[in-house]
Order: sequence, then structure tokens, then C-alpha cells
Amino acid sequence: MNFLALVGRAFIKFLGVTGRLSIFTTLSVSHCFRPPFFMRLLMKQMIEIGYYSLPVVGLTTIFAGMVLALQSYTGFSRFGAEGAVASVVIISITRELGPVLAGLMVAGRVGASMAAEIGTMRVTEQIDALKTLSTNPFKYLIAPRIIAGLLMLPLLVFVGDIIGVFGGYIVGVYKLGFNPANYISSTWEHFEMIDLLSGLVKAAVFGLIISIMGCYHGYNSKGGAQGVGAATTNAVVSASILILTFNYILTELFFATTPS
Amino acid sequence: METPKIKLDNVHKSFDQKIVLDGFNMEVSAGESVVVIGGSGVGKSVMLKCIQGILIPENGSVQVDGDEVVGMSTRKIEKVNRKIGMLFQGAALFDSLPVWENVSFGLIQGKKTPRKEAKEIAIDVLAQVGLGADVADLSPAELSGGMQKRVGLARAIATKPEIIFFDEPTTGLDPIMADVINDLIVKSVKELGATALSITHDMASARKIADRIVMLYKGKAIWAGKVSEIDNSGNPYVEQFIAGKAEGPIAMELKR
Repeated sequence: MNFLALVGRAFIKFLGVTGRLSIFTTLSVSHCFRPPFFMRLLMKQMIEIGYYSLPVVGLTTIFAGMVLALQSYTGFSRFGAEGAVASVVIISITRELGPVLAGLMVAGRVGASMAAEIGTMRVTEQIDALKTLSTNPFKYLIAPRIIAGLLMLPLLVFVGDIIGVFGGYIVGVYKLGFNPANYISSTWEHFEMIDLLSGLVKAAVFGLIISIMGCYHGYNSKGGAQGVGAATTNAVVSASILILTFNYILTELFFATTPS
Repeated sequence: METPKIKLDNVHKSFDQKIVLDGFNMEVSAGESVVVIGGSGVGKSVMLKCIQGILIPENGSVQVDGDEVVGMSTRKIEKVNRKIGMLFQGAALFDSLPVWENVSFGLIQGKKTPRKEAKEIAIDVLAQVGLGADVADLSPAELSGGMQKRVGLARAIATKPEIIFFDEPTTGLDPIMADVINDLIVKSVKELGATALSITHDMASARKIADRIVMLYKGKAIWAGKVSEIDNSGNPYVEQFIAGKAEGPIAMELKR
């Protein structure tokens, strides 16, 4: 086949997917603001996404904080800047590692489960059954997941930030021999509210991405078990790529500086 | 002239290059039980989904109680669907809900019935399909195929719909359970005074539940008549289908 035809076909396919995803996102978000609201389902999703993801996010961020303290100490000691460990830990955790690691872990845990659950409902005609029972699947299945993702990711990241900074403290104080009071005061001294806020905004965007990707791939799954499997994989992969892409875009928006 | 409960006029529906419905026509009068027969993959389920607004035909008209469904807004389609109950081929019960919530789903979500009252109604409806109150709190995954079909039937009739669709109601069931389901369908439709539209390729089921039979083949209604007339239809396609023979015009088509 002609090379140009191949490129053209891939490009048209990409435009098609982008268009379908945009329509799906617009529809989903619009249903978040229009009644009826399924509060019971929203609570269930908030517990599923927020509460049950706590151990995964907690473990990931505590080890990230610990490794960060250890790495920065060994690196900075080469030019006598060991004192910067506490500030590096808090800035890195709140701005980057907290939201990105939590986002990726939740994409794996929650995004996959959303795609599998909704995908199974699609291939077993449960979504058609919802429609015949006069219940809009966008309101019943998708809106609660999107709202829960948007609200719970910032909360998870906030808790993850605290645990991550605590991880750095443990290594700093008990392994590297920092004075606890000095470590804490150094942490506070270099902490700025924008570090935390930018991380929480990123988390909200990542929550939206995870929910939309999980729901979109599940809702459009075809075939049988194989289709649901493919939807699950696509949900996790696409959410992870979008999280890393939007992480750069948001960092650029928050902290971009022009070199003089 | 009385408005038909359901009317499909020159309905066309295709998926990519595959034409499924090709000018399909059918009318179902109020209180009538019509069964659409036809081989696997001829578009029987697609036809049902077009009536419910789940699929949109490219051409033609689909009316429920005289209201045009094609081009209707989602909100209005939801209103039309409130008149309809449906038993799905695989029951399509919601895994995440217990049996009683499945049965009373239309009552809780559609009619805003309080949960306590909805559970009592669900237990009553389960009794109508021969299931005890002990089943109410089980998960659908804990039920056998026949029980799931009965729960699906209970869900279809719980809201006392004016129209009930049965999608392959006896597929995958043993002959005795299939007959039990057929009897329940006849009983439920009669008690509710509902209009029933069923699709099946099980002739025993069709003979039992139908007042009238329509045969769907290559996207068109090729024969329609009373159930008593089907053995003398004079249509070679119908004769081959009801006799279940490999030889005949349908097989000839397959060989090409």
C-alpha cells in the first residue's frame, strides 16, 4: 500500500477517535450538571476511588519520599548542599511526584476497573437494559464516576503529599542523621502554597482523565471477553499517556519561566 | 381506524456495508401478541432496538402509540420506554445489584417508588414468576440460567408496562424450563393486558405465545399471518424454517 495512504488512513482514524472522545467528554460532563443525580452511586464511587486507593497511593508516595531524600542527599553531598534535602523533598513531592504517582497508580487500579465493569455491562446488554428502564447510562454510570474522580484525586494526592514528605523525614532523620527540628523547619521554610495548589489542580485534571478514559473505553467496548480486555488495557495506557502529557502542559502553565 | 400500538414502516438499518433491515414493515395492534421468527443474525434484535430508540434506522418510520421514535429526543425516548418492559436474551441483570433491586429498578428509578415499598413489590412480582422471597437478596450471579430468565421476566413486568418485548426468551434453556417460561409469558401478558412483541427461532415457543407470526428474512417481513395459519403458509421459506430442514431456499442461499 502507498505510504501516503497509510499515513492518511492513520491520521483520519486519529481524528475520528479524537472527535468521538470529545463528544463523549462533552456529553458526560454536561450530564454531571443535569438532574437526576444518583447520590448513592456517587458515594459508592467516592469510596471506591478515594478510600480503597489510599493504601496504594500511601505506599507509593512514602517510598517515593524516602528514595528522594536518599538520592538528593547522595547527589547534593558532592557539592556540599546536603541542607537542601528537606526543601527538595517537599517541592518534588507536592509539585510532581505526589500527583503523577497517585495519578498513574489510580489509573491502573480504578481506570482498569471502570473499563472492565462498564465494558462487561455493554457486552452483556446491561447498558441496553438501563435504557429500556428509562435510565440514561450517562447519568447512572458515567457522571458519578467522573464527579468522584474529579473530587477524590485531589484528596488522595493531599494525603499522599503528607505521607511522601513524612517518608523523606524518616530517611532524613533516622538514616541521614538530620536534626528533626531543623528538618521540619527547613521543610516549612521552602514550602509555598502554589506548590501544593498546583499539585492539587493537576490531581483534579488527572482524576477527570482517568474517569473519562475508563468510562469511554468501557462504554465503547465490543465483542466479548476479548473486547473487554482490550478496553481495560486501552483505558490504562491512554490515561497514563494523557496524565504525563497534561502534567507537562500544566507545569508549563503554572511555572514556565523564560531564561534571561 | 385504531392506531397500531407499534408500527414499523419501510425501516432500513445497516452496519457499515452489512444491510440488516431492508424495508421492514410490521404493525402490532393493542393487546396483540406478535412473534417475529427468523434465523440467527437476520436482524430480529436490531428491529427491537430500533423500536426502543437504542439504534437509529437510516430510513423509515418507527411509531409507538402513533409517536414517531426516529429522531425523537433522548428525554422523549425515555418517556416512550416507560411504557415498555423487556426480557433480554441473556436476562441482562445488573450484577452490582441484588435480585430485588433488579426487579424494582424501573420502579425506583422511573417511578420514584420508595425503596422499602419497591422491595415489597419486587417480592410479590418474584412470587408471580415462581421465585420465593429468599431469592430477593441474592446476587444475580448466584442464580441458574432459568432463574435469571424468570428474574428478567419479573423485571420486565414489575412496572406494569403497556408493551412487553421478549428477546429469545427460551434460548439456552432446557425444554421443560423453556415451557415454564412460555407459560409465564402467556400468563403475565394476559394478566397485564399488555401488547407483546417477541423474537425467537424456537417454534414451540412461537406457537405457544403468539397470536400472529411474522417471518423476517433478509431484512424484510416475508410472511405474516395468524399462528393457526403457519402450517399452511404456502411460503417455502416459512415451511423450511418451521420444519427445521437443511434443504430449501434458505439453505440454497447459504450455499452460494
